Amino acid sequence: MLQAGEWAYTEKLKEHFMSPKNIMQGENTDEFDGVGMEGNLQCGDQMMVVIRVDKESEVITDCQWKTYGCASAIASTSILSEMVKGMTLDQAFHISPKEVAKELGGLPENKIHCSVLGDKALRAAINDYYTRNGMGDKVKQEQVKTICQCMSITDHDIEDAVLEGARTYFELQERTKLGTVCGQCKPEAEALLEKFKHIHFGA
Amino acid sequence: MKVYFDHNATTPLHPEVKKEMAEAMEMFGNPSSMHAWGREARANVEDARKRVAGFIGAGEDEIVFVGSGSEANNTVLSLFICATNQCIPGTKMRSTIITTKIEHPCVLETSECLAHRGARVKYLDVDRYGKIDLDQLESMLGDDVGLVSVMMANNEIGTFQDIETIAKMARSCGALMHTDAVQAVGKVPVDVNALGLDFLTISGHKIYGPKGVGALYVRKGTPYCPFIRGGHQERGRRAGTENTLGILGLGKAVEMRQLEMAGEAERLGALKAALRKGIEERIDDISFNGHPTDSLCGTLNVSFPGAEGESILLYLDLEGIAVSTGSACASGSLDPSHVLLATGVDAERAHGSIRISLGRESTMQEVEYMLDVLPRTIKRIRDMSTAYIKGGTHAASR
Repeated sequence: MLQAGEWAYTEKLKEHFMSPKNIMQGENTDEFDGVGMEGNLQCGDQMMVVIRVDKESEVITDCQWKTYGCASAIASTSILSEMVKGMTLDQAFHISPKEVAKELGGLPENKIHCSVLGDKALRAAINDYYTRNGMGDKVKQEQVKTICQCMSITDHDIEDAVLEGARTYFELQERTKLGTVCGQCKPEAEALLEKFKHIHFGA
Repeated sequence: MKVYFDHNATTPLHPEVKKEMAEAMEMFGNPSSMHAWGREARANVEDARKRVAGFIGAGEDEIVFVGSGSEANNTVLSLFICATNQCIPGTKMRSTIITTKIEHPCVLETSECLAHRGARVKYLDVDRYGKIDLDQLESMLGDDVGLVSVMMANNEIGTFQDIETIAKMARSCGALMHTDAVQAVGKVPVDVNALGLDFLTISGHKIYGPKGVGALYVRKGTPYCPFIRGGHQERGRRAGTENTLGILGLGKAVEMRQLEMAGEAERLGALKAALRKGIEERIDDISFNGHPTDSLCGTLNVSFPGAEGESILLYLDLEGIAVSTGSACASGSLDPSHVLLATGVDAERAHGSIRISLGRESTMQEVEYMLDVLPRTIKRIRDMSTAYIKGGTHAASR
């Protein structure tokens, strides 16, 4: 007979859940250079990321957070806060949920949507820093568009999947799980699939 | 310390059930066979039937053994649509079903399916304690209603319904009455005749019996159509060779419940009261869900705003304690518990809820351990929660 299996999560994720890094102490966000908040309590997850920035080099020197969320939310924000320290604002802005998930050794499919708020909150904090420091022109709007709301799959994810070999809607679903819940995004996803196939492969 | 506080999900086998099943491992005959092997299996199946029937005041020929509580519930709802479609000769049943918003998904999803197949389904609301409104039931009842299906005790919050009154109302307007009693049978006395039921669902593994076996009570003379067809087993009411070992285990489980049930209710009630009091004293800003008195003796559902349920569950798991949660994250869907939402609990409190369900082997020592671990677990989660930052929802409450 088998013993109790591991959690649905990787060891790395479990580590970060058991001992989360860089949790913001106290309740005062005023002492940070940038503050970003995403999500809400009614939906079951909310993230806040705060950063300190070296103004000369625009390098993130400190990143702390608070989260209302499940194990994957806690762990992904924890690992994200480790990843961004030492990065420039521009580098940090371009971290994708995929990279965070990869760093954690992967996430169960039904948990992917729990992990995407961390990098969103980080981008909001970076934009907040720009705004506060008179660099409103540098504020970058979210350039990604979420196509599949249920699984939080963006146009960028679709492009990645095409680059990695997806050529049909079925293959796209196999790679991204897009459209596997309500299926409403199918027409838009199919149009993007054709577009990226054309751009990258002339097909 | 290992603490199992998830008895509404499933229970360990009663040692006596385990013993009896282990002894019966060699029994492999098919109860339908006429030879000695078959007759041995038949004798044990019928003995179990007698015990189950006796336990709920039913006749032996009114008990159908099935594969689970879910199968029993599916059978009842599905036979109803068979009857309306005159699959059962000579019967033309009415096409409306009344049920509640807090039933188990096996009733709710089957009801939805029946709605697609032409049935009209009406869902009763519940109040903040999880009780249905009898006036609303009265207003829904009419000569179009063929079946009323209301669970006896809710699995998530423990609240009991007044099944006797509901059954009286249903039957006086000519509808059949079903109750899903998987959480109630074995915890409170149940008599199908006193309650006036046509159908009742029992599950083996909720009462210290084996998984994969349940029983459906069907009042004699009630229209019936099998859910699994193609065999003469269970008098043609459930095809498939009987789960002999499971049925034997269910019979023994019921016998043990009969012996232990009465004293246990009082003992578990005291443990639950201690748990409730301890949580109230040691943790700020909490709320209990379900009915404060008219609920299952071992079920306590509590919300911790600012702390998400799956996190609570997993931190408790790391400390050796098993509970379950109404949070969406633990279920894999995006919606929190439909039961809590139906009682008017807001989504945040539903996401931050856990269900503690005690059982026959629970002790005061375990309750004390829980009361030691839970407050620091909640504090730990709330300390990292956005709900308590400046300007956050609960910032002022601590």
